[in-house]
Amino acid sequence: MSHTNESFHIAVLLKQTFDTEEKIAIHEGKIQDEDVKWVVNPYDEYAIEAAIQWKEQHGGHITVYTAGPDRAGEALRTALAMGADEAVHIELEDQELQAVDEWGIAQCLYHVLKDRQVDLLLAGNFSIDQGSSQTAIRLSTLLQWPHAGAITKLERVDETTAAIERDAEGDTEYVNVSLPALFTCQQGLNEPRYPSLAGIMKAKKKPVTTVPASELLALLDNTQKTQRELLELPPPRMSGQMLQGSAEEQVQQLIQALRSSSNVFEA
Amino acid sequence: MGRHIAVIAESRGTELRQSTFEALQAAVQLAEFSDSVSVLLIGTNLEARQEKLLKTGLQALYVVEDEASTPYEPDYALQTVKQWYDNVKPDVIIMGHTAIGKDLAPMLAASIDAGQISDVIALSPSQKGVLFKRPIYAGKAFESKSFAEASPWIITIRPNNFTPLQELPASMHCGSAEPVVVKLTPPKPSLRSVVTRVVERISGSIDLSEAKIVVSGGRGVKSKEGFKPLEELAEVLQGAVGASRGACDSGYCDYALQIGQTGKVVTPEIYFACGISGAIQHLAGMSQSRTIIAINTDPEAPIFQIADYGIVGDLFEIVPLLTAELRKALA
Repeated sequence: MSHTNESFHIAVLLKQTFDTEEKIAIHEGKIQDEDVKWVVNPYDEYAIEAAIQWKEQHGGHITVYTAGPDRAGEALRTALAMGADEAVHIELEDQELQAVDEWGIAQCLYHVLKDRQVDLLLAGNFSIDQGSSQTAIRLSTLLQWPHAGAITKLERVDETTAAIERDAEGDTEYVNVSLPALFTCQQGLNEPRYPSLAGIMKAKKKPVTTVPASELLALLDNTQKTQRELLELPPPRMSGQMLQGSAEEQVQQLIQALRSSSNVFEA
Repeated sequence: MGRHIAVIAESRGTELRQSTFEALQAAVQLAEFSDSVSVLLIGTNLEARQEKLLKTGLQALYVVEDEASTPYEPDYALQTVKQWYDNVKPDVIIMGHTAIGKDLAPMLAASIDAGQISDVIALSPSQKGVLFKRPIYAGKAFESKSFAEASPWIITIRPNNFTPLQELPASMHCGSAEPVVVKLTPPKPSLRSVVTRVVERISGSIDLSEAKIVVSGGRGVKSKEGFKPLEELAEVLQGAVGASRGACDSGYCDYALQIGQTGKVVTPEIYFACGISGAIQHLAGMSQSRTIIAINTDPEAPIFQIADYGIVGDLFEIVPLLTAELRKALA
Protein backbone atom coordinates (compact mmCIF):
# COMPACT_ATOMS: atom_id res chain seq x y z
CA MET A 1 0.00 0.00 0.00
CA SER A 2 1.37 3.40 -0.83
CA HIS A 3 0.06 6.82 -0.04
CA THR A 4 0.07 9.77 -2.35
CA ASN A 5 0.63 12.99 -0.50
CA GLU A 6 -3.01 13.91 -0.13
CA SER A 7 -4.14 10.50 0.97
CA PHE A 8 -2.09 10.46 4.17
CA HIS A 9 -4.39 11.82 6.84
CA ILE A 10 -3.09 13.39 10.01
CA ALA A 11 -5.53 14.18 12.82
CA VAL A 12 -4.58 16.45 15.71
CA LEU A 13 -6.58 16.73 18.94
CA LEU A 14 -6.44 20.06 20.65
CA LYS A 15 -7.97 21.86 23.59
CA GLN A 16 -8.31 25.50 24.39
CA THR A 17 -6.98 26.28 27.87
CA PHE A 18 -6.22 29.21 30.17
CA ASP A 19 -2.89 30.88 29.56
CA THR A 20 -0.33 29.55 32.05
CA GLU A 21 0.10 32.97 33.66
CA GLU A 22 -3.62 33.22 34.54
CA LYS A 23 -4.58 33.12 38.20
CA ILE A 24 -7.55 30.97 39.15
CA ALA A 25 -10.60 32.36 40.93
CA ILE A 26 -13.78 30.53 41.89
CA HIS A 27 -17.18 32.18 41.59
CA GLU A 28 -20.42 30.44 42.62
CA GLY A 29 -18.78 27.05 42.53
CA LYS A 30 -17.29 27.54 39.08
CA ILE A 31 -13.88 28.56 37.78
CA GLN A 32 -14.12 32.23 36.83
CA ASP A 33 -13.41 32.36 33.10
CA GLU A 34 -14.43 35.87 32.12
CA ASP A 35 -11.66 38.12 30.80
CA VAL A 36 -9.28 35.21 30.77
CA LYS A 37 -6.59 34.88 28.11
CA TRP A 38 -7.24 31.65 26.19
CA VAL A 39 -4.51 29.74 24.39
CA VAL A 40 -4.04 26.44 22.61
CA ASN A 41 -3.00 23.95 25.31
CA PRO A 42 0.82 24.24 25.16
CA TYR A 43 1.33 20.47 24.70
CA ASP A 44 -1.16 20.46 21.82
CA GLU A 45 0.98 23.08 20.07
CA TYR A 46 3.75 20.48 19.87
CA ALA A 47 1.24 18.12 18.24
CA ILE A 48 0.19 20.73 15.66
CA GLU A 49 3.81 21.56 14.89
CA ALA A 50 4.68 17.85 14.55
CA ALA A 51 1.81 17.41 12.08
CA ILE A 52 2.94 20.40 10.02
CA GLN A 53 6.56 19.20 9.97
CA TRP A 54 5.41 15.72 8.89
CA LYS A 55 3.36 17.27 6.09
CA GLU A 56 6.26 19.46 4.99
CA GLN A 57 8.56 16.45 4.77
CA HIS A 58 6.27 13.69 3.58
CA GLY A 59 3.02 15.31 2.49
CA GLY A 60 -0.39 14.76 3.98
CA HIS A 61 -3.61 16.43 4.96
CA ILE A 62 -4.03 17.81 8.49
CA THR A 63 -7.37 18.00 10.28
CA VAL A 64 -7.51 19.50 13.77
CA TYR A 65 -10.26 18.48 16.19
CA THR A 66 -11.49 20.07 19.35
CA ALA A 67 -14.36 19.44 21.72
CA GLY A 68 -15.30 22.64 23.48
CA PRO A 69 -17.60 25.65 23.62
CA ASP A 70 -17.98 28.29 20.91
CA ARG A 71 -14.81 30.15 21.99
CA ALA A 72 -12.69 27.04 21.31
CA GLY A 73 -13.12 27.87 17.62
CA GLU A 74 -10.32 30.42 18.11
CA ALA A 75 -7.92 27.63 19.02
CA LEU A 76 -8.85 25.83 15.79
CA ARG A 77 -8.22 29.05 13.84
CA THR A 78 -4.78 29.31 15.43
CA ALA A 79 -3.98 25.76 14.31
CA LEU A 80 -5.25 26.52 10.80
CA ALA A 81 -3.12 29.67 10.73
CA MET A 82 -0.07 27.62 11.76
CA GLY A 83 -0.65 25.33 8.78
CA ALA A 84 -3.42 22.76 9.41
CA ASP A 85 -5.78 22.25 6.46
CA GLU A 86 -9.19 21.88 8.03
CA ALA A 87 -10.90 21.75 11.41
CA VAL A 88 -13.71 19.91 13.13
CA HIS A 89 -15.37 21.56 16.11
CA ILE A 90 -17.41 19.33 18.41
CA GLU A 91 -19.37 22.11 19.99
CA LEU A 92 -20.49 21.76 23.59
CA GLU A 93 -23.00 24.05 25.22
CA ASP A 94 -22.03 25.38 28.65
CA GLN A 95 -24.34 22.93 30.42
CA GLU A 96 -22.95 19.99 28.46
CA LEU A 97 -19.43 21.11 29.29
CA GLN A 98 -20.22 20.93 33.01
CA ALA A 99 -21.59 17.40 32.70
CA VAL A 100 -19.06 15.56 30.58
CA ASP A 101 -15.85 13.86 31.70
CA GLU A 102 -12.86 12.36 29.90
CA TRP A 103 -14.90 9.23 29.19
CA GLY A 104 -17.64 11.30 27.49
CA ILE A 105 -15.25 13.44 25.43
CA ALA A 106 -13.34 10.35 24.28
CA GLN A 107 -16.66 8.78 23.24
CA CYS A 108 -17.62 11.91 21.23
CA LEU A 109 -14.25 11.97 19.48
CA TYR A 110 -14.51 8.26 18.80
CA HIS A 111 -17.88 8.63 17.09
CA VAL A 112 -16.53 11.44 14.91
CA LEU A 113 -13.24 9.74 14.03
CA LYS A 114 -14.16 6.08 13.67
CA ASP A 115 -15.41 6.31 10.10
CA ARG A 116 -12.77 8.74 8.90
CA GLN A 117 -9.49 7.73 7.40
CA VAL A 118 -6.72 8.66 9.80
CA ASP A 119 -3.15 7.41 9.47
CA LEU A 120 -1.51 9.43 12.21
CA LEU A 121 -3.19 10.81 15.32
CA LEU A 122 -1.37 13.43 17.39
CA ALA A 123 -2.29 15.03 20.70
CA GLY A 124 -0.68 16.81 23.62
CA ASN A 125 0.81 14.80 26.48
CA PHE A 126 -1.84 16.28 28.80
CA SER A 127 -3.92 19.41 29.15
CA ILE A 128 -2.65 21.98 31.59
CA ASP A 129 -6.14 22.63 32.99
CA GLN A 130 -7.68 19.23 33.88
CA GLY A 131 -4.33 17.45 33.57
CA SER A 132 -5.79 13.97 33.78
CA SER A 133 -3.87 12.44 30.82
CA GLN A 134 -6.85 10.35 29.72
CA THR A 135 -8.76 11.52 26.66
CA ALA A 136 -6.28 10.86 23.85
CA ILE A 137 -5.25 7.43 25.15
CA ARG A 138 -8.87 6.47 25.77
CA LEU A 139 -9.59 7.42 22.15
CA SER A 140 -6.75 5.36 20.68
CA THR A 141 -7.86 2.40 22.81
CA LEU A 142 -11.45 2.75 21.54
CA LEU A 143 -10.09 2.91 17.98
CA GLN A 144 -7.98 -0.17 18.81
CA TRP A 145 -4.85 1.59 17.65
CA PRO A 146 -1.43 1.38 19.28
CA HIS A 147 0.01 4.49 20.85
CA ALA A 148 3.14 5.92 22.39
CA GLY A 149 2.94 8.61 25.05
CA ALA A 150 5.18 11.59 25.81
CA ILE A 151 7.19 11.45 22.60
CA THR A 152 10.20 13.73 22.09
CA LYS A 153 11.02 12.64 18.52
CA LEU A 154 8.90 11.45 15.60
CA GLU A 155 10.20 10.03 12.33
CA ARG A 156 8.59 8.31 9.40
CA VAL A 157 10.10 4.88 8.68
CA ASP A 158 7.78 3.92 5.81
CA GLU A 159 4.12 4.26 4.85
CA THR A 160 2.96 2.16 7.75
CA THR A 161 5.57 2.68 10.46
CA ALA A 162 6.80 5.55 12.61
CA ALA A 163 9.85 5.55 14.87
CA ILE A 164 9.62 7.61 18.04
CA GLU A 165 11.65 8.49 21.07
CA ARG A 166 9.82 8.94 24.33
CA ASP A 167 10.59 10.24 27.77
CA ALA A 168 9.79 7.76 30.53
CA GLU A 169 10.74 9.49 33.78
CA GLY A 170 14.22 10.28 32.58
CA ASP A 171 14.80 7.10 30.58
CA THR A 172 14.65 7.46 26.81
CA GLU A 173 12.79 4.72 24.95
CA TYR A 174 13.03 4.09 21.21
CA VAL A 175 9.88 2.54 19.79
CA ASN A 176 8.70 1.50 16.34
CA VAL A 177 4.95 1.78 16.03
CA SER A 178 2.74 0.62 13.17
CA LEU A 179 0.26 3.14 11.79
CA PRO A 180 -2.45 4.18 12.31
CA ALA A 181 -1.36 5.12 15.80
CA LEU A 182 -1.63 7.85 18.40
CA PHE A 183 1.34 9.79 19.67
CA THR A 184 1.07 12.22 22.58
CA CYS A 185 3.60 15.01 22.38
CA GLN A 186 6.01 16.09 25.09
CA GLN A 187 8.13 19.18 25.54
CA GLY A 188 11.33 18.99 23.55
CA LEU A 189 9.64 17.42 20.49
CA ASN A 190 9.82 20.65 18.51
CA GLU A 191 9.56 24.43 18.67
CA PRO A 192 5.98 25.36 17.71
CA ARG A 193 5.85 28.11 15.09
CA TYR A 194 3.89 31.32 15.42
CA PRO A 195 1.17 31.80 12.82
CA SER A 196 2.36 34.12 10.05
CA LEU A 197 0.22 36.99 8.80
CA ALA A 198 -0.26 35.15 5.52
CA GLY A 199 -1.18 32.04 7.50
CA ILE A 200 -3.79 33.97 9.49
CA MET A 201 -5.32 35.31 6.24
CA LYS A 202 -5.39 31.86 4.65
CA ALA A 203 -6.92 30.31 7.76
CA LYS A 204 -10.06 32.39 7.28
CA LYS A 205 -10.84 30.45 4.11
CA LYS A 206 -10.08 26.97 5.45
CA PRO A 207 -13.08 24.74 6.19
CA VAL A 208 -14.34 24.34 9.76
CA THR A 209 -17.06 21.74 10.32
CA THR A 210 -19.18 22.09 13.42
CA VAL A 211 -20.68 18.98 15.00
CA PRO A 212 -23.09 19.66 17.86
CA ALA A 213 -21.99 17.53 20.82
CA SER A 214 -25.65 16.94 21.68
CA GLU A 215 -25.93 14.66 18.63
CA LEU A 216 -22.98 12.58 19.83
CA LEU A 217 -23.93 12.58 23.48
CA ALA A 218 -27.41 11.35 22.50
CA LEU A 219 -25.74 8.13 21.33
CA LEU A 220 -24.50 7.45 24.86
CA ASP A 221 -26.38 6.14 27.90
CA ASN A 222 -24.75 8.78 30.03
CA THR A 223 -22.37 11.70 29.47
CA GLN A 224 -19.97 10.98 32.29
CA LYS A 225 -18.77 8.27 34.63
CA THR A 226 -17.13 10.65 37.07
CA GLN A 227 -18.44 13.99 38.26
CA ARG A 228 -17.13 17.09 39.96
CA GLU A 229 -18.64 17.62 43.40
CA LEU A 230 -16.50 20.38 44.81
CA LEU A 231 -14.08 23.04 43.71
CA GLU A 232 -11.69 24.85 46.01
CA LEU A 233 -8.58 26.97 46.04
CA PRO A 234 -5.43 25.80 47.83
CA PRO A 235 -5.03 27.27 51.33
CA PRO A 236 -2.83 30.37 51.12
CA ARG A 237 0.73 29.75 52.23
CA MET A 238 1.69 31.47 55.43
CA SER A 239 4.27 34.11 54.72
CA GLY A 240 7.63 32.83 55.76
CA GLN A 241 10.72 34.15 57.37
CA MET A 242 13.43 36.16 55.67
CA LEU A 243 16.75 35.10 57.14
CA GLN A 244 19.20 37.82 58.21
CA GLY A 245 22.89 38.21 58.77
CA SER A 246 25.97 37.15 56.85
CA ALA A 247 25.80 34.35 54.29
CA GLU A 248 27.33 31.96 56.86
CA GLU A 249 24.84 32.98 59.52
CA GLN A 250 21.90 32.58 57.17
CA VAL A 251 23.02 29.11 56.13
CA GLN A 252 23.35 28.09 59.81
CA GLN A 253 19.87 29.43 60.59
CA LEU A 254 18.46 27.53 57.65
CA ILE A 255 20.02 24.24 58.71
CA GLN A 256 18.70 24.74 62.28
CA ALA A 257 15.23 25.48 60.97
CA LEU A 258 15.20 22.45 58.67
CA ARG A 259 16.41 20.18 61.43
CA SER A 260 13.55 21.17 63.69
CA SER A 261 10.82 21.12 61.06
CA SER A 262 11.69 18.18 58.88
CA ASN A 263 12.52 14.54 59.37
CA VAL A 264 14.50 14.38 56.14
CA PHE A 265 17.78 14.75 57.99
CA GLU A 266 17.26 11.69 60.13
CA ALA A 267 17.23 9.35 57.16
CA MET B 1 -19.53 -9.87 49.81
CA GLY B 2 -17.54 -6.68 49.98
CA ARG B 3 -15.82 -4.97 47.15
CA HIS B 4 -12.52 -6.13 45.77
CA ILE B 5 -9.95 -3.32 45.68
CA ALA B 6 -6.88 -4.11 43.61
CA VAL B 7 -3.55 -2.32 43.36
CA ILE B 8 -1.38 -2.71 40.28
CA ALA B 9 2.20 -2.81 41.59
CA GLU B 10 5.01 -1.05 39.80
CA SER B 11 8.72 -1.81 39.98
CA ARG B 12 11.85 0.04 39.11
CA GLY B 13 14.54 -2.53 38.39
CA THR B 14 14.07 -5.28 40.96
CA GLU B 15 12.48 -3.05 43.62
CA LEU B 16 8.85 -2.22 44.19
CA ARG B 17 8.32 1.47 43.73
CA GLN B 18 7.09 3.51 46.67
CA SER B 19 3.99 4.37 44.60
CA THR B 20 2.87 0.75 45.08
CA PHE B 21 2.74 1.12 48.86
CA GLU B 22 1.13 4.55 48.51
CA ALA B 23 -1.55 2.95 46.32
CA LEU B 24 -2.03 0.30 49.04
CA GLN B 25 -2.53 3.10 51.56
CA ALA B 26 -5.21 4.59 49.31
CA ALA B 27 -6.80 1.13 49.00
CA VAL B 28 -6.96 0.74 52.78
CA GLN B 29 -8.44 4.23 53.19
CA LEU B 30 -11.06 3.37 50.61
CA ALA B 31 -11.88 -0.05 52.02
CA GLU B 32 -14.94 -0.49 54.14
CA PHE B 33 -15.86 -3.39 56.35
CA SER B 34 -15.78 -6.65 54.35
CA ASP B 35 -13.87 -5.17 51.40
CA SER B 36 -10.72 -7.01 50.39
CA VAL B 37 -7.43 -5.75 49.00
CA SER B 38 -5.20 -7.52 46.48
CA VAL B 39 -2.16 -6.71 44.35
CA LEU B 40 -1.23 -7.51 40.77
CA LEU B 41 2.53 -7.94 40.35
CA ILE B 42 4.10 -8.23 36.91
CA GLY B 43 7.78 -8.78 36.08
CA THR B 44 10.65 -11.22 36.49
CA ASN B 45 12.48 -12.58 39.55
CA LEU B 46 9.54 -11.61 41.67
CA GLU B 47 10.16 -13.73 44.79
CA ALA B 48 11.59 -10.96 46.97
CA ARG B 49 8.93 -8.49 45.89
CA GLN B 50 6.24 -11.10 46.40
CA GLU B 51 7.43 -11.70 49.93
CA LYS B 52 7.55 -7.99 50.70
CA LEU B 53 3.97 -7.56 49.50
CA LEU B 54 2.69 -10.57 51.45
CA LYS B 55 4.24 -9.13 54.61
CA THR B 56 1.63 -6.37 54.50
CA GLY B 57 -0.99 -9.02 55.23
CA LEU B 58 -2.59 -9.14 51.79
CA GLN B 59 -5.34 -11.67 51.21
CA ALA B 60 -4.53 -12.19 47.56
CA LEU B 61 -1.61 -11.60 45.26
CA TYR B 62 -1.79 -12.11 41.50
CA VAL B 63 1.55 -12.75 39.86
CA VAL B 64 2.50 -12.64 36.20
CA GLU B 65 6.09 -13.86 35.88
CA ASP B 66 7.01 -12.60 32.44
CA GLU B 67 10.28 -11.57 30.83
CA ALA B 68 8.44 -9.84 28.00
CA SER B 69 6.84 -7.40 30.44
CA THR B 70 9.91 -5.17 30.48
CA PRO B 71 10.48 -2.73 28.97
CA TYR B 72 6.93 -1.44 29.32
CA GLU B 73 5.03 -1.55 26.04
CA PRO B 74 1.44 -0.24 26.13
CA ASP B 75 -0.27 -2.84 23.93
CA TYR B 76 1.30 -5.76 25.75
CA ALA B 77 0.77 -4.25 29.20
CA LEU B 78 -2.91 -3.72 28.41
CA GLN B 79 -3.32 -7.32 27.26
CA THR B 80 -1.69 -8.57 30.46
CA VAL B 81 -3.81 -6.41 32.70
CA LYS B 82 -7.00 -7.01 30.71
CA GLN B 83 -6.52 -10.76 31.03
CA TRP B 84 -6.11 -10.37 34.80
CA TYR B 85 -9.14 -8.08 34.94
CA ASP B 86 -11.35 -10.56 33.09
CA ASN B 87 -10.29 -13.30 35.51
CA VAL B 88 -10.46 -11.37 38.73
CA LYS B 89 -13.04 -8.62 38.07
CA PRO B 90 -11.93 -6.22 40.81
CA ASP B 91 -14.34 -3.39 41.64
CA VAL B 92 -11.64 -0.78 42.15
CA ILE B 93 -8.19 -0.56 40.57
CA ILE B 94 -5.55 1.79 41.96
CA MET B 95 -2.11 2.59 40.59
CA GLY B 96 0.43 5.41 40.82
CA HIS B 97 0.09 8.44 38.55
CA THR B 98 3.54 7.59 37.24
CA ALA B 99 4.72 7.37 33.61
CA ILE B 100 3.29 3.85 33.45
CA GLY B 101 0.15 4.59 35.45
CA LYS B 102 -0.67 7.58 33.26
CA ASP B 103 -0.38 5.38 30.20
CA LEU B 104 -1.93 2.14 31.38
CA ALA B 105 -4.87 3.43 33.45
CA PRO B 106 -6.75 5.22 30.64
CA MET B 107 -6.19 2.26 28.27
CA LEU B 108 -7.66 -0.12 30.82
CA ALA B 109 -10.47 2.36 31.61
CA ALA B 110 -11.42 2.60 27.93
CA SER B 111 -11.22 -1.12 27.36
CA ILE B 112 -13.50 -1.98 30.30
CA ASP B 113 -15.68 1.12 29.82
CA ALA B 114 -14.88 2.48 33.26
CA GLY B 115 -14.61 5.94 34.72
CA GLN B 116 -11.20 7.09 35.90
CA ILE B 117 -10.13 9.76 38.35
CA SER B 118 -6.49 10.71 37.80
CA ASP B 119 -3.77 12.19 39.93
CA VAL B 120 -5.60 11.89 43.24
CA ILE B 121 -3.97 13.44 46.32
CA ALA B 122 -6.57 12.59 48.99
CA LEU B 123 -9.82 10.76 49.42
CA SER B 124 -12.64 11.26 51.89
CA PRO B 125 -16.08 9.82 52.47
CA SER B 126 -19.07 12.12 51.99
CA GLN B 127 -22.82 11.88 51.56
CA LYS B 128 -22.26 11.82 47.83
CA GLY B 129 -19.98 8.81 48.17
CA VAL B 130 -16.21 8.90 48.29
CA LEU B 131 -14.70 12.17 47.11
CA PHE B 132 -11.38 12.05 45.31
CA LYS B 133 -9.42 15.27 45.55
CA ARG B 134 -7.12 16.19 42.71
CA PRO B 135 -5.24 19.29 41.61
CA ILE B 136 -6.35 21.13 38.47
CA TYR B 137 -4.51 23.90 36.67
CA ALA B 138 -1.37 22.22 38.04
CA GLY B 139 -2.39 22.94 41.63
CA LYS B 140 -3.81 26.45 41.25
CA ALA B 141 -7.11 24.86 42.33
CA PHE B 142 -8.47 21.51 43.53
CA GLU B 143 -11.53 19.61 42.46
CA SER B 144 -13.15 16.71 44.29
CA LYS B 145 -14.78 14.13 42.08
CA SER B 146 -16.96 11.12 42.66
CA PHE B 147 -17.78 8.11 40.53
CA ALA B 148 -21.23 8.00 38.94
CA GLU B 149 -21.38 4.20 38.87
CA ALA B 150 -20.94 1.64 41.65
CA SER B 151 -18.05 -0.04 39.80
CA PRO B 152 -15.60 -0.44 38.19
CA TRP B 153 -13.48 2.48 39.37
CA ILE B 154 -10.00 3.32 38.17
CA ILE B 155 -7.87 5.66 40.23
CA THR B 156 -4.33 6.91 39.79
CA ILE B 157 -2.68 8.57 42.78
CA ARG B 158 -0.02 11.25 42.76
CA PRO B 159 3.34 10.12 44.19
CA ASN B 160 4.36 11.54 47.60
CA ASN B 161 0.83 12.25 48.82
CA PHE B 162 -0.25 9.04 50.57
CA THR B 163 1.85 7.58 53.40
CA PRO B 164 3.34 4.31 52.11
CA LEU B 165 1.53 1.40 53.78
CA GLN B 166 3.60 -0.92 55.94
CA GLU B 167 0.88 -3.30 56.95
CA LEU B 168 -2.82 -3.74 56.39
CA PRO B 169 -4.98 -3.06 59.48
CA ALA B 170 -5.55 -6.20 61.56
CA SER B 171 -9.23 -6.34 60.57
CA MET B 172 -8.20 -6.75 56.93
CA HIS B 173 -5.42 -9.23 57.55
CA CYS B 174 -5.71 -12.65 56.09
CA GLY B 175 -4.71 -13.79 59.59
CA SER B 176 -3.58 -17.37 59.99
CA ALA B 177 -5.03 -18.38 56.63
CA GLU B 178 -2.54 -18.66 53.83
CA PRO B 179 -2.70 -15.75 51.40
CA VAL B 180 -3.83 -16.71 47.95
CA VAL B 181 -1.07 -16.40 45.36
CA VAL B 182 -2.42 -16.83 41.85
CA LYS B 183 -0.02 -17.22 38.95
CA LEU B 184 -1.35 -15.96 35.65
CA THR B 185 -0.05 -16.75 32.18
CA PRO B 186 1.40 -13.88 30.16
CA PRO B 187 -0.29 -12.97 26.85
CA LYS B 188 1.16 -13.29 23.35
CA PRO B 189 3.56 -10.50 22.45
CA SER B 190 2.21 -7.55 20.50
CA LEU B 191 3.71 -6.71 17.15
CA ARG B 192 2.13 -3.34 16.63
CA SER B 193 4.63 -1.46 18.70
CA VAL B 194 8.13 -2.63 19.50
CA VAL B 195 10.51 -1.04 21.97
CA THR B 196 13.84 -1.28 20.17
CA ARG B 197 16.09 0.30 22.79
CA VAL B 198 15.99 1.93 26.22
CA VAL B 199 18.63 4.37 27.38
CA GLU B 200 18.39 4.56 31.15
CA ARG B 201 19.04 7.78 32.92
CA ILE B 202 22.11 8.02 35.09
CA SER B 203 21.79 5.35 37.74
CA GLY B 204 21.21 6.56 41.25
CA SER B 205 19.50 9.72 40.13
CA ILE B 206 16.09 10.14 41.71
CA ASP B 207 12.91 10.80 39.79
CA LEU B 208 11.68 14.37 40.18
CA SER B 209 8.07 13.57 40.97
CA GLU B 210 9.04 11.07 43.68
CA ALA B 211 11.95 13.01 45.20
CA LYS B 212 11.69 14.06 48.85
CA ILE B 213 13.98 16.99 48.17
CA VAL B 214 14.12 19.06 45.00
CA VAL B 215 16.79 21.64 44.23
CA SER B 216 15.62 23.87 41.38
CA GLY B 217 17.36 26.52 39.35
CA GLY B 218 16.00 29.40 37.29
CA ARG B 219 17.38 32.06 35.01
CA GLY B 220 19.57 33.21 37.90
CA VAL B 221 21.66 30.06 37.42
CA LYS B 222 22.92 31.80 34.27
CA SER B 223 24.39 28.80 32.41
CA LYS B 224 24.55 25.04 32.07
CA GLU B 225 27.61 25.01 34.35
CA GLY B 226 25.66 27.10 36.84
CA PHE B 227 23.60 23.99 37.66
CA LYS B 228 26.69 22.25 39.05
CA PRO B 229 26.38 23.64 42.61
CA LEU B 230 22.67 22.74 42.57
CA GLU B 231 23.48 19.18 41.53
CA GLU B 232 25.99 18.95 44.38
CA LEU B 233 23.41 20.12 46.92
CA ALA B 234 20.87 17.65 45.55
CA GLU B 235 23.43 14.86 45.79
CA VAL B 236 24.24 15.57 49.44
CA LEU B 237 20.53 15.52 50.27
CA GLN B 238 19.76 12.58 47.97
CA GLY B 239 17.35 14.80 46.11
CA ALA B 240 16.62 15.61 42.49
CA VAL B 241 17.41 18.66 40.40
CA GLY B 242 14.60 20.64 38.77
CA ALA B 243 14.35 23.85 36.80
CA SER B 244 12.04 26.70 35.86
CA ARG B 245 10.81 27.24 32.34
CA GLY B 246 13.15 30.23 32.09
CA ALA B 247 16.18 28.01 32.72
CA CYS B 248 14.96 25.40 30.20
CA ASP B 249 14.09 27.97 27.54
CA SER B 250 17.57 29.49 27.98
CA GLY B 251 19.07 26.08 27.26
CA TYR B 252 20.67 25.64 30.70
CA CYS B 253 19.06 22.24 31.14
CA ASP B 254 16.82 19.60 29.65
CA TYR B 255 13.06 20.11 29.43
CA ALA B 256 12.66 16.87 31.37
CA LEU B 257 13.62 18.90 34.46
CA GLN B 258 11.02 21.61 33.99
CA ILE B 259 8.67 22.22 36.92
CA GLY B 260 5.54 24.26 36.45
CA GLN B 261 2.19 24.31 34.77
CA THR B 262 3.96 23.06 31.69
CA GLY B 263 6.44 20.46 32.89
CA LYS B 264 6.18 18.49 36.10
CA VAL B 265 4.29 19.17 39.28
CA VAL B 266 6.23 18.25 42.40
CA THR B 267 5.29 18.02 46.07
CA PRO B 268 8.53 17.25 47.93
CA GLU B 269 9.27 17.71 51.63
CA ILE B 270 11.75 20.46 50.84
CA TYR B 271 11.94 22.59 47.71
CA PHE B 272 14.94 24.83 47.10
CA ALA B 273 14.22 27.59 44.55
CA CYS B 274 17.58 29.02 43.50
CA GLY B 275 17.62 32.04 41.23
CA ILE B 276 13.92 31.55 40.45
CA SER B 277 11.80 34.70 40.45
CA GLY B 278 8.52 32.82 40.93
CA ALA B 279 6.36 33.29 37.83
CA ILE B 280 2.79 32.05 38.28
CA GLN B 281 3.45 29.22 35.85
CA HIS B 282 6.33 27.97 38.02
CA LEU B 283 4.52 28.39 41.34
CA ALA B 284 1.74 26.16 40.01
CA GLY B 285 4.20 23.29 39.82
CA MET B 286 5.77 23.54 43.28
CA SER B 287 3.67 25.59 45.68
CA GLN B 288 2.29 22.46 47.37
CA SER B 289 5.78 21.50 48.55
CA ARG B 290 5.93 21.15 52.33
CA THR B 291 8.81 23.53 52.97
CA ILE B 292 9.99 26.06 50.39
CA ILE B 293 13.38 27.75 50.57
CA ALA B 294 14.07 30.61 48.20
CA ILE B 295 17.48 31.99 47.37
CA ASN B 296 17.45 35.06 45.14
CA THR B 297 19.42 38.28 44.74
CA ASP B 298 16.22 40.28 44.20
CA PRO B 299 14.43 40.91 47.53
CA GLU B 300 11.26 41.79 45.57
CA ALA B 301 11.10 38.42 43.78
CA PRO B 302 7.56 36.96 44.11
CA ILE B 303 9.01 33.59 45.15
CA PHE B 304 9.68 35.09 48.62
CA GLN B 305 5.93 35.55 49.14
CA ILE B 306 5.39 31.79 49.25
CA ALA B 307 8.75 30.72 50.71
CA ASP B 308 8.99 29.45 54.28
CA TYR B 309 12.58 30.62 54.43
CA GLY B 310 14.04 33.32 52.23
CA ILE B 311 17.66 34.19 51.70
CA VAL B 312 18.46 37.35 49.75
CA GLY B 313 21.81 36.59 48.27
CA ASP B 314 23.86 35.16 45.46
CA LEU B 315 23.07 31.50 44.91
CA PHE B 316 26.66 30.89 43.82
CA GLU B 317 27.77 31.91 47.32
CA ILE B 318 24.89 30.49 49.38
CA VAL B 319 24.40 27.10 47.72
CA PRO B 320 28.03 25.84 47.97
CA LEU B 321 28.16 27.06 51.56
CA LEU B 322 24.94 25.21 52.34
CA THR B 323 26.23 22.07 50.62
CA ALA B 324 29.46 22.15 52.62
CA GLU B 325 27.64 22.68 55.93
CA LEU B 326 25.10 19.96 55.20
CA ARG B 327 27.86 17.56 54.22
CA LYS B 328 29.40 18.14 57.66
CA ALA B 329 26.08 17.93 59.45
CA LEU B 330 25.05 14.70 57.72
CA ALA B 331 28.45 13.00 57.96
